[in-house]
Amino acid sequence: MKKSVFLGALTVASIAAGGAFAGTLDDVKARGKLNCGVTTGLVGFAAPDANGEWEGFDVGVCRAVAAAVLGDATAVEFVPTTGKTRFTALASGEIDLLARNTTWTFSRDVDLKFEFVGVNYYDGQGFMVPTNLGVTSAKDLDGATVCIQTGTTTELNLADFFRANSISYEPVPIETNAEAQQQYLAGACDVYTTDASGLAATRATFEAPDEHVLLPEIISKEPLGPLVRHGDNEWGDVVRWTLNALITAEELGVTSANIAEMAAGSNNPEINRLLGTEGSLGEMLGLSADWGKNALEAGGNYAELFEKNIGENTPIALSRGLNAQWTDGGLLYSPPFR
Amino acid sequence: MTVMTDPPKESFRLSMLIYDTRYRSITIQVVALLGFAAFFGWLIWNTSNNLAALGKEPSFRFLWEPAGYDINQRLLDYNSQSPHIRAAVIGVLNTLVIAVLGCITATIIGVLVGVLRLSKNWVISRLMGVYVETFRNVPVLLWIVLAMAIMIEIPPAPKEFRGDNATASVSLFGTVAVTNRGVYVPDPNFGSDRIGEDGTRLDEPTGWRVGLGDVDVNSSGMATYSFLGFEITPTLQFWAVIVSALIASVIVKIFGGDIARSLNGGQETTSPFRVTPGRLMLAVLLIAIIVLWSLMGMGISREVDGVSGGVFQISLDFLLVVAVLLVSLNISKRIKNRADDIQEKSGVRPTVWYIRLAVVVLPMAILLWALGLYFTYPELKGFNFKNGLHLRNSLIALWLALSLYTAAFIAEIVRSGIMAISKGQSEAANALGLSSGRTMRLIVLPQALRVIIPPMISNYLNLTKNSSLAIAVGYFDITGTLMGVTLNQTGRELETVLLGMLIYLTISLSISMAMNWYNESVKLKER
Repeated sequence: MKKSVFLGALTVASIAAGGAFAGTLDDVKARGKLNCGVTTGLVGFAAPDANGEWEGFDVGVCRAVAAAVLGDATAVEFVPTTGKTRFTALASGEIDLLARNTTWTFSRDVDLKFEFVGVNYYDGQGFMVPTNLGVTSAKDLDGATVCIQTGTTTELNLADFFRANSISYEPVPIETNAEAQQQYLAGACDVYTTDASGLAATRATFEAPDEHVLLPEIISKEPLGPLVRHGDNEWGDVVRWTLNALITAEELGVTSANIAEMAAGSNNPEINRLLGTEGSLGEMLGLSADWGKNALEAGGNYAELFEKNIGENTPIALSRGLNAQWTDGGLLYSPPFR
Repeated sequence: MTVMTDPPKESFRLSMLIYDTRYRSITIQVVALLGFAAFFGWLIWNTSNNLAALGKEPSFRFLWEPAGYDINQRLLDYNSQSPHIRAAVIGVLNTLVIAVLGCITATIIGVLVGVLRLSKNWVISRLMGVYVETFRNVPVLLWIVLAMAIMIEIPPAPKEFRGDNATASVSLFGTVAVTNRGVYVPDPNFGSDRIGEDGTRLDEPTGWRVGLGDVDVNSSGMATYSFLGFEITPTLQFWAVIVSALIASVIVKIFGGDIARSLNGGQETTSPFRVTPGRLMLAVLLIAIIVLWSLMGMGISREVDGVSGGVFQISLDFLLVVAVLLVSLNISKRIKNRADDIQEKSGVRPTVWYIRLAVVVLPMAILLWALGLYFTYPELKGFNFKNGLHLRNSLIALWLALSLYTAAFIAEIVRSGIMAISKGQSEAANALGLSSGRTMRLIVLPQALRVIIPPMISNYLNLTKNSSLAIAVGYFDITGTLMGVTLNQTGRELETVLLGMLIYLTISLSISMAMNWYNESVKLKER
């Protein structure tokens, strides 16, 4: 058993290295399918619906990339990954792209040899407690039992936060969001901590969401974004500019409703370049000229994806906040399509 | 004149390697060995090459970087600023805790069930049969998860103990609190004269009765140096010395027979002061510890509060209690031997059980009183119970599930061991008028032990290896720390997994070795 694990580790490592330098873009085109790593199930971000179809905010990014590359938004193989397995899956070539609310950090970018192509959600780590606990601030949590998903930046932020405030806590390490939810609801822990968006999504699935409250403290910066393997810049560019296309489309007012009209030609040269009626941006990426149009038709622009999956009219009810366009006082700012 | 024909000269030709049956088998084996070595060589070469190409050359330097995460159950001082290697050590200790606890309870339950399954009482034997079949035919992971679910869902949450109309209360006269976060039991402490920073006593005042405190093993006296690119830190040096002392004493124990004989003057003696391998081993350990003591700058520290700078602390009180216990057990055994002698000679056995009991209990009671033993009891403070010993429900669930699961296998081994003993043995015992309980205890089980021990070893190994499922319930064992969070935060898959495998291998081989020793001592001695 142990020996087979060893052999397995060696083989995985060998395959990883072998696959890392081949062109992922060519692989995806040849395969006709995009392998996209997502969560094992976080409503709003990535979860299968009643029919087994994956949907969510992160899923939207996967579909947009698949549409841009293959012209087909359904040509995606979704690979559920846990906090612990996601990086191995990406490094080993099992998935081409990881869109699993993953925090962009220095060590992941530099030491783990990944390439974050941008940020699709600006998040921060928060705390959720039952309302009847009577806690109003995270600093009141001295001695509390905290449920926490292992293998995430959350774990390190939490240790830092409690150390900085000289208060103690009892960590309860948990593998998946579903187990954490079970322990939290049974009262085996006082607090559940993860990214604030994840907390909101989890709370939305509770029987009585009103009985739980998110504490005001946001204890970390968590820029979440899709990532690819380091060293394959062509593929990195494709994913980066697909994400930028979604953001730019919102800024320019291109939506899935008016895209057909816009694609026929407009007065705005940037819209024309984005949708491929002008210039040769698609060719530069190694894609068809209408890649931008395909990506936008997959699920609409950034705002549409946001409103449909996690926006204020959904059970998750997240406001745009930091994730508004720079013109509206948010942080979303795409480089120009030129 | 006779003509002598020389026998044909032996000449060796290369073709004989294949066509000569004397050499063929060796040739095949050498070729197979070369092929095997080449395959592994290629695998290792390929891996290291590819990792180098990815820019991830194997390196263990990450082990000395701060871990950054917290661990709930820790037997040594640890905080999030401690290095990864220390987190790994905490994990190893947690693995050992669950392995030792699990093996003990699995043995007790297994032996009981195995014996009861052969009971003449139909209901009991069938019940035991049902137990064995259900537990060994369902994967252990499911039992672990089920035990955890029960631990979480059924006992009350700490908040239900609070307030005037509390729905739950602390059981056993307010000493044991059973919550869905674990069980809090009274925690034994020794009196101490530690004074906190604000001038108040840190521990329960017990008059003049104070414990001996802890020995702080710290490494400040030693320097870090580098060897073949590895940083040899004081911690590593410390462990190197400990491990080599243990290995040295084990070697002395195994090969000590000759040394002991030569030290005894080359002859067998029965003198009480003769040299035995066991005594040699103790001596080597003692010398090694004294050398350590002087090397590491150990010192008794009563003032140190909270996290110490040392590698770890050794409780002198605990050592003293163990020492006194060993001495009194030894005396008790001598009393028994003397009673046995008198019985052999006169046929009448003197009643000594109360003396034997007193020899063990009285000195212990006096010692514990003198050291100022007191208990702290669980009390609800803030979110959780404070004080008392916290047995987390992850520990309990894992312990329970692993013990019950492994006990089912042990029960079958015990049953087969008992059935392997010829019926004549118990019939002879019955003929002598021994009761069935004594027949089992004195005649059957000692003989069955010879059959039972070898398969028992593999069950202990299984239990230890199964404990790596701990992360399913959030128990931080070596798989959770080193091969879990550390792997994740540093991205060093190959290094952490190799290190983890090495650790499991060491633990397993140690268990095998200890059990093989025991097997040697109980197996049939043929003279």
